[in-house]
Amino acid sequence: MPEREEYALNDPIIAINGLNKTYQGGFQALTRVDLTIQRGEIFALLGPNGAGKTTLISVVCGLVNPTQGEVVIDGFDSVRDYRQARERIGLVPQELTNEAFETVWNTVSFSRGLFGKAPDPAHIEKVLKSLALWDKRDNRLMTLSGGMKRRVLIAKALSHEPRILFLDEPTAGVDVELRRDMWEVVRGLRESGVTIILTTHYIEEAEEMADRIGVINRGEIVLVEEKAALMQKLGSKQLTLQLQTPLDELPGALQVEALSLAADGHELVYTYDGRQAEEGHGIPALLATLEREGITFQDLHTRQSSLEDIFVDLVKERA
Amino acid sequence: MNLYPVRAIYMAEMARTRRTMLQSIVSPVISTSLYFVVFGAAIGSRISEIGGVSYGAFIVPGLIMLMLLTQSVSNASFGIFFPKFSGSIYEILSAPISYLEVVIGYVGAAASKSILLGLIILATSSFFVPLEIAHPFWMLTFLVLTAVTFSLLGFIIGIWADGFDKLQLVPLLVITPLTFLGGSFYSIDMLPPFWQNVTLANPVVYLVSGFRWSFYGISDVSIVASVAMISLFLIASLATIAWIFRTGYRLKP
Repeated sequence: MPEREEYALNDPIIAINGLNKTYQGGFQALTRVDLTIQRGEIFALLGPNGAGKTTLISVVCGLVNPTQGEVVIDGFDSVRDYRQARERIGLVPQELTNEAFETVWNTVSFSRGLFGKAPDPAHIEKVLKSLALWDKRDNRLMTLSGGMKRRVLIAKALSHEPRILFLDEPTAGVDVELRRDMWEVVRGLRESGVTIILTTHYIEEAEEMADRIGVINRGEIVLVEEKAALMQKLGSKQLTLQLQTPLDELPGALQVEALSLAADGHELVYTYDGRQAEEGHGIPALLATLEREGITFQDLHTRQSSLEDIFVDLVKERA
Repeated sequence: MNLYPVRAIYMAEMARTRRTMLQSIVSPVISTSLYFVVFGAAIGSRISEIGGVSYGAFIVPGLIMLMLLTQSVSNASFGIFFPKFSGSIYEILSAPISYLEVVIGYVGAAASKSILLGLIILATSSFFVPLEIAHPFWMLTFLVLTAVTFSLLGFIIGIWADGFDKLQLVPLLVITPLTFLGGSFYSIDMLPPFWQNVTLANPVVYLVSGFRWSFYGISDVSIVASVAMISLFLIASLATIAWIFRTGYRLKP
C-alpha cells in the first residue's frame, strides 16, 4: 500500500487486494478478490444470488471481518485507519432498514452526527431536496412508501458528504418510474464527484449507468471491463437480411456456422462478434460473397446482444 | 474521541425515551408508588423500626435500587437490540467511530434515564415517608455507578439476545429475583444464620446495603465490600464488552 502522503488523485479510490472471506461453518464467500475502483466512476458489480456481492461490500464498509487480504480506501487501510477510511464511505443497504418511529429529518441528521460531522441543517436540506424528500421531512419513516424509504436510506448515506457511495441493489422492489428517477440521482451524484459502486440484479441498470462492469460468481471476480469494451468484446451481433428471392438452402460458399436461413428462406441471418469484425471477416466479406453468388436483399437490420446475454453466458460458462 | 457520534447516539436514545414517556418514566414511578402504599403504609405500619428507621423509609433505597437495576438493564439492552432487530445496526458498524464511543452513547443514555428515574422515585418517596440522606456524595456515587454498571450489563444482553424473549430473560429471571432476595425489603439480619450466609453470595445485597448506608448510615455488609462489589461488576462488564467488540461477537460475522 502506498504511504498516504504519496497517494495521488489518479490512484484508485478503492484497492482490494487478495480478499478472502470464509464464514463460520466453512462457507467461502470471497476467494482471492483483487479489485480497484477508479475515482469518480460508476462501477457496477453483477452476479447471481449468493455470488458474494453483498459480502464484498460489507467487508469494504466494515460490516464483515475479512479472513484475509486488505482493503485500501483513498490511501487508508480499512482496518488500521478505519476512521479515515469509513468517513469517506456512504452505504445504502439492500434491505429497507430504518427506525420506523423517527422522522425523515431526524434520521438523516442522526446519520450525519454518527459519521462524526457537525450539524449542518443547510446540507441536510440540500440532500433532502435533491431526493424529493423535503416535503416529507417531518413524516415518520413508517408512513413512507417503499420507494421513499429507499430515498431516505440514500439521504442518510449522503448526509456526511461521502466521496464513495455503495448502493447495494438500489432499485430492488422499486417501480420503473422511480427506478429511472433513482438513476438520475445517481448520475447527479457522479457529476458532483462521488464515486459510485452499485450491485444489481438488473442488467439494464448496469447497462444504463455503469462506466465499468465487474462480474462476481461464487466469490470470485470473473471479469472487470469497461462497459463499452465488454459489450464489444463479448457481445454478439446479428445481421438479418430480408432476401428478394427466398432460398431453399445456402449455396456452398455461404455454408458456414455463422450463417443460417430463417423465415422459410426469406431471411439470411449472420451472427458475429466484435472480434470477427476487427479481424475483417465481418459484414463486408459477407456482402461481397452475396454479390458473387447473385443473392440480393431488400432490407436489413442488426441486433446487438444485451449485457444480460453477456452476463448469462459468462456465468454459465464458469458454472 | 469524536463527540459528534456520541452525541448523535445519546440524543437519539433520549428522544426514544421521550417518545415512550408513559412506558419509560410514568410506569416505573406508578409501580414504585404502589410498593410504597402496600409495603410502606399498609404493611409497613405494622412492622417495627429497623436500625432506628421506619420500615417505610427503610425500603426506599431498596426500591430505588430495584428500579435502577431493572430499568438500566432493559433500557440499554433494548437500545442496542432494536437496531440489531431492525437491521439499522449496519449504520453503527460502518460509521467511523470507536467501540468506546458507541458504548458511551448507548450506555450513557440508558444510565442517564435510570438515574433520572431513580431521582424521580426518590422525590416521589418523600411524599410517603420521611427521608434523610446521611451521605449525599456516596448516595449519588452508588446511584451513578450502579446505573452505569447495569446499563453495561444491559448492553451485553442486548448484543447477546437474538429474540425478544431472551431480552426479557435476564431482567425477569435473574435481576428481579436477586433484587427481591437481596435485602430490598428486609435487613439480612432478619434471616436465619444459614440463609444470611447464602444471601451473601447474592451480589445485589452489597449494592442495596451500600446504597442504604448512604441514606441512613446502616448496612448489612461493610461499605468497602459494597464499593468493591460494584467496582468488580463494572470491570467485568467492561471486559466483556471489550471482548465482544474485539471478536465481533453477534455483531460482525
